[in-house]
Amino acid sequence: MSSWIELAVLFLILSNFALLGASRVTTLIQVAAGQGILLGLLPLLAHAKQGNLRLIAVALIAGLLKGVIFPVMLGRALREANIRREVEPFVGYSLSLILGVFALACSFWIASRLPATALFLSRKALPAAFSTILTGFFMIVARRKALTQVLGYLVLENGIYLFSISLGQKIPFAVELGVLLDVFVAVFVMGIAMFHINREFDHLDVGQLSALKD
Amino acid sequence: MNFFLAGLCILITGGLMAWLLRRESVGLIGAIMGPLMALLAPIQAWRHGKALSISMPWNVPYGSFFLEIDALSAFFLAPILAISALGALYGFEYLIPYRNKRNLRSVWFFYNILVASMMIVVTAKNGILFLTAWETMALASFFLVIFEAERPETLNAGWSYLIASHMGTACLLVLFIWLGRLNGTLDFNGFGVAGAREAGFMFLLAVLGFGIKAGFFPLHVWLPEAHPAAPSHVSALMSGVMVKTGIYGLLQVYLLLGPGPAWWGWLLISIGALSGLFGALFALAQHDLKRLLAYSSVENIGIIALGLGLGMLGRTLNDPFLATLGFCGGLLHVLNHGLFKSLLFLSAGAVVHVTGTRDMERLGGLIKRIPWTAALFLLGAMAISGLPPLNGFVSEFLILLGAFRGISSLSPQVVAASATSIASLALIGGLAIACFIRAFGVSFLGEPRAKRAQGAHEVRWPMLFPMVVLAAGCLMVGIGSPWLDRPLTLVVAAISGQQSGQFLADSIPSLLSLTMLGTGFLVLVALLAGFRIWLLHGRPVEEALTWDCGYARPSSRMQYTASSFAQPLMNFFAAITGSTTRFKPLDRFYPVAAEFTTATPDIARTRLFDPVFRKVRHALMKLRWIQHGHPQLYVLYIAITLLTLFLWKLG
Repeated sequence: MSSWIELAVLFLILSNFALLGASRVTTLIQVAAGQGILLGLLPLLAHAKQGNLRLIAVALIAGLLKGVIFPVMLGRALREANIRREVEPFVGYSLSLILGVFALACSFWIASRLPATALFLSRKALPAAFSTILTGFFMIVARRKALTQVLGYLVLENGIYLFSISLGQKIPFAVELGVLLDVFVAVFVMGIAMFHINREFDHLDVGQLSALKD
Repeated sequence: MNFFLAGLCILITGGLMAWLLRRESVGLIGAIMGPLMALLAPIQAWRHGKALSISMPWNVPYGSFFLEIDALSAFFLAPILAISALGALYGFEYLIPYRNKRNLRSVWFFYNILVASMMIVVTAKNGILFLTAWETMALASFFLVIFEAERPETLNAGWSYLIASHMGTACLLVLFIWLGRLNGTLDFNGFGVAGAREAGFMFLLAVLGFGIKAGFFPLHVWLPEAHPAAPSHVSALMSGVMVKTGIYGLLQVYLLLGPGPAWWGWLLISIGALSGLFGALFALAQHDLKRLLAYSSVENIGIIALGLGLGMLGRTLNDPFLATLGFCGGLLHVLNHGLFKSLLFLSAGAVVHVTGTRDMERLGGLIKRIPWTAALFLLGAMAISGLPPLNGFVSEFLILLGAFRGISSLSPQVVAASATSIASLALIGGLAIACFIRAFGVSFLGEPRAKRAQGAHEVRWPMLFPMVVLAAGCLMVGIGSPWLDRPLTLVVAAISGQQSGQFLADSIPSLLSLTMLGTGFLVLVALLAGFRIWLLHGRPVEEALTWDCGYARPSSRMQYTASSFAQPLMNFFAAITGSTTRFKPLDRFYPVAAEFTTATPDIARTRLFDPVFRKVRHALMKLRWIQHGHPQLYVLYIAITLLTLFLWKLG
């Protein structure tokens, strides 16, 4: 079992790099969808023996939302907004990848310093969780389009979700559902907001939003 | 306790349903049934003489759903419940003209939430629960204050209220976190006393935090802005009971900290005297009827603080008589002020309802057009001015009784405090009477000064009934004061930490004689009224002009205005109120355009808060570059903070 988990974690880390290096928005959405499906599978892999119903339900819902529903919504937003498909970064792709390596190192360091409590998943999931969180942050900060920012939030949430399942039963059920709901609302609102921004200004460049500041 | 919880549920469900089903009547039913149901709980607590409590675990760290109705809670809870139910009935009728113009279901939602949060505030015995309810209360009332948000002054009032109440909450947050850190729990029953120095700081934090809500001078600046801006039944609720949650909080913290040094008492006495004096003076200067009432709330909070300060001083200096009577007077005034201030706000609301204006210079002659409202306002005005046989007199009398006994005490501190209190209470009382003679005289007597006031008609029963109940309450507390000793004894025993029954019993003979006098007065009034009816029986009665000064064609402009009535007093106190007049006198023989304006800006605002906030704003402008409008960089701040915290905690 644990080898499967390690493989999944490895794929997650690789997908983070893919997110940092991808130059097309469609690729970003696909990678994020893959990450979502992987995250949905992860608790099932780890917990196949006990067959805890609640856990399976959460995992299925999460996988469905992250892997199917959000990417489809984002894809539709992309088509409707009719924007250029390039990512348009503030920070270049190669520099992004180098920073990603640093972030991964940082995540390993943080994970090694965390007190070892009764962990549910393999301890290797922790660095992956932190690196996913940091990747999400990075995407929000270093990319120009509103759509890539939404993706960044999604990835950030993926990281938090991974962290919470690696702590297993320590995190209450309600918290997970709450997090999922948050993101759902965020995607929803941002979809609408992007639509309107697109309507008003004919572009999806968040940099221009600074004109709205107080 | 079940009644309490059931009432709470009915209230909240009613509010939610009013919102979801878009039916105001559901909100109304919830807002009346809920409090009435919950009202059984404090009655139960009094009958059995012991506290009711319930404690449930709560998912929040250090939080627990710990509610307890002890004597103090019950004393504050009962008026909250009664007045909110009455206010709801009144509000339904009051809001009818706003239908189709505004979203009334949100009013009912926030009204019910406000009442529910007040119920929890005065019963919560856990810091987190208390602060949550406290914040909910502030937010719900904020949304009610900005009901007429399209008027810029209403929105401004809302902002100053929101800022003030969050500054208060900040103090309370520090206070509770500090107490929690010292004791390792946030349940009130686990809070212990810290060292004298710490207790002093905590008391100061409580006075600041709760004083903002209560409206202590000079922290009151939000109060005269926010209370008049809200719909009248909400003003009644805010001024009548919400402000008192500040007093409750202060007393609760005092209970937790135990008797402190003498300066605590002195602090409250001086705050009380200042609030009373300035509240009364500024009330006298207002032209807006509801603003006047709001300033008079500051004045009455001053009287309450004065009583409580005397009580605390008496307790510290081991003078049980002063302690008992001070606390008794202060607490009874909490109840009384709830009764008569709600009555006054509701009747002022009725005036607004029928005339469409709050400006006293445009009212007048209303006693002939809306006699019931006028009579009820007069009763409330008499009560608030402290005239026997009404309830305002009883509480001030108790404080004065304690203070007069204190004068002959051996301790120089008690003598000084008593003398200060007597002098300031006398001055406050005089100013309050002047203020309310002016308010009643200008608005209800004489001739109407504007068109709308001429065609006014009496309001319907749903608005009159709550006022009648409140007026009856004023009269009953005034006459029945000797029988109030039981609930009062329970509360005062808890606060003053000693058996106070006997000291209260000492003052019962004088209260009984008050009752006798009051009853005698009422009988006399009834006899005179009967005599008048008998005299007029079978004779023609004619209506004539109110005195016309011998002019052939008097106009409504030939009467005392609100400003001219107050002018002598305002001139006398101009040095401390800083009121200014602008006057362009006539310089020819025939009348031409002339003008006269007076303005009395709040000195706490103009001399204290405006300069301070201007300086703060100036200093903070240097940090303006942080807010540049790039969302990416805002997220970067969060990420950097997170990483730094990790490095700091794990490194």
